[in-house]
Amino acid sequence: MSSRALRQPLSLRLTSNIFLAFWCLIAAFPIFWIVVMSFKSPVDAFDSNALNVIFGPATLSVGKGLSLLDIILGIAVIWGTILAATRTLPSMVRSYTKPGQEWFGWLIGVLALLVGFLLVFFVVLPAILNQLNPLFGPPGRDVLGLTTEHYKTVWIDRGFSNNFKNSLIVTTGVVTVSLTVGTLAGYGLARSGSTLAFWILIVALVFRALPHSVLVAGYLPVFINSAEWLSPILGENAPTLYGKPFAVIAVLVAINQPFTIWMLRSFFQNIPSELDEAARVDGCSHFQAFRRVIMPVMWPGVITTGLFSFLLAYNDFLVTALLLDAQNQTMVPAIVGMFNRETTTTDQVVAVAAAVSITAPLIFLVLIFQRQIVSGLTAGAVKG
Amino acid sequence: MNFRTFAVFVGPSVFMMLLFIAFPLVSVFKQSFYVTQPIYETVEKETCTPGFLTQTCVTEQVSQPKLDEHGEIITQTHYVGLQSYRNVLEPERAWRAISDGSWHVLSTINFWKALRFTLTFTLITLPLVVGCGLGIAILINNAARSIRGPVIFVSLLPFIITPVIGVLSINWLFRGDGILTAMMEWWLNRDIALFAQAWTIEVLMMIYRVWHVAPFAAIIFYAGLQTVNQDSLESAVIDGATRWQRLKYIVIPHLMPLIIFVSMIHLMDSYRVFEEIVGFSSQGYVISLQWLTFDYLTPDQAGNRSISRASANSMLTMIGVVVLLILPLRRTWRDHKGSH
Repeated sequence: MSSRALRQPLSLRLTSNIFLAFWCLIAAFPIFWIVVMSFKSPVDAFDSNALNVIFGPATLSVGKGLSLLDIILGIAVIWGTILAATRTLPSMVRSYTKPGQEWFGWLIGVLALLVGFLLVFFVVLPAILNQLNPLFGPPGRDVLGLTTEHYKTVWIDRGFSNNFKNSLIVTTGVVTVSLTVGTLAGYGLARSGSTLAFWILIVALVFRALPHSVLVAGYLPVFINSAEWLSPILGENAPTLYGKPFAVIAVLVAINQPFTIWMLRSFFQNIPSELDEAARVDGCSHFQAFRRVIMPVMWPGVITTGLFSFLLAYNDFLVTALLLDAQNQTMVPAIVGMFNRETTTTDQVVAVAAAVSITAPLIFLVLIFQRQIVSGLTAGAVKG
Repeated sequence: MNFRTFAVFVGPSVFMMLLFIAFPLVSVFKQSFYVTQPIYETVEKETCTPGFLTQTCVTEQVSQPKLDEHGEIITQTHYVGLQSYRNVLEPERAWRAISDGSWHVLSTINFWKALRFTLTFTLITLPLVVGCGLGIAILINNAARSIRGPVIFVSLLPFIITPVIGVLSINWLFRGDGILTAMMEWWLNRDIALFAQAWTIEVLMMIYRVWHVAPFAAIIFYAGLQTVNQDSLESAVIDGATRWQRLKYIVIPHLMPLIIFVSMIHLMDSYRVFEEIVGFSSQGYVISLQWLTFDYLTPDQAGNRSISRASANSMLTMIGVVVLLILPLRRTWRDHKGSH
């Protein structure tokens, strides 16, 4: 709003900001609330009084709580982590990695940050605070009921780590395969203006619209009977694909592929074709031009598309619920199972804790990759 | 780029789409005409219970699935034509219900019930998503530059969160004496049970969907707002246009391609509404087309999946998507022809 003619009156700016604050409240409240619930004893978590849910008197009365000192130091550590993630990490990655290999630096950096945060927050901080709290008098006394026992129940007693492992296999597989196949296709489609390319894109668009259950209906009988039709090729020990996380990767990659090629194509179109023409003049083949010249400038687009593929695989419920059996599920269907099966409030809170633990990585993801997500959405929109 | 290079680059992706999307589609189409059933045989079974002096024996005819030498059930696949479609659509009952004008009877047939919900859901949320998205985008655009980053971060949360978990988190707020239900009860001073009737569940589902998708729309419209021509806005001010007129005659026409894009994506996504039904466990009241296929594919107590019915249902679902997409696709086709 640089121009004077377009300057807005104060009242309008005020109303607009109030509405914006209201929207932020609506957007964040449900997520914030399940986070709060997951740390309370069941009596507090499902209390109809909001203050009881926040302060957790029942949780306090069994001796689980936080003192003012705990809260202040905890917030300080979280704030420090956010600063490190948004300021220090990008600059360190930029200065320590070779150009073209930023993704590796990012990977190491994010992992180190995550491990460091978990270590400081859950091991170092409690140990220090146990020593400090008795020394401080009133600020050291518990005021806020809080317990992490539901997280322990979920991850240690209920074997949620097995579901986590399956999710990890599925997401890694989907991201790797989608991107490998997708970048090639995206490049080909972006550089070819032929009618065939257009038709491939249109068919991909129609495929994107398909309800996922349609595909699963086609896969299920094939997967269940796969031992029969695979045995001529693989011999006696041909696997039954039903229930195998590896088999789910194929389905999710297929579902993801139309979206991937559309998105990567619009990223490739942003790269001037003079760049690969110059490389071709210098004697590169099409493939060499793609590998040596285009890929190094394409990393942002690839990372963005990878993020969306990750989200698809990580968030999927329908495909994984139908194609994996109860022993081998990924995290999302496992939580839904917990939620539907158990009816006591304790089990409900355990389901809430599981839900929060799988949401946390997503929030970190937005925190670190916000720019890429926004640019990914808009790239799809402006060109699509 | 000549055809061979093009094929090398695009080939793997096309091959995967053919193998993993087109082939399953064909097999779904085929499956919908066939039914696989275990072969049953009728055997005479004598059950004896100890009685006084002599045993009491009862002989009865039991039909049980035939087993092969490995102890597995022998199944048989046979062609049934349109029977599965008929089972899903129940045309006679549906037709009678329509001619009697009785929606109630029609909604006892799962397919029509699901179709009704899927279409109302899609069509009601569409304008809401576009409207809310546009509103939020304008608000973000009005805000000071320094707070835009945090606001976009918060706005992205509903969009990025796992859909089932998002629905569950809303569910936990409203179920039973959940915190928001308690608040509404206190405010209206009456008992509220949001999960006891169909329409409140539907309203909650739509609220959830708008909450989930509006940020996506907002980000895209926000990007579009950055490219609005400031000069024409300024000259409109000088010509005396009000804010509303500027929005209507300059901003919205500029955003039109993006509005169409968002509507199209939303049309595709909300047509496959599914997570809401799982998260609210509303299958007793409200179901959608995709949920119906899911239900047919889930094994029943005996461990059987009605694959044929699921295939018929998914073919019908797919026809719906294609019908919805005809208009946008024709537009894309015209644009393509225009650009070459």
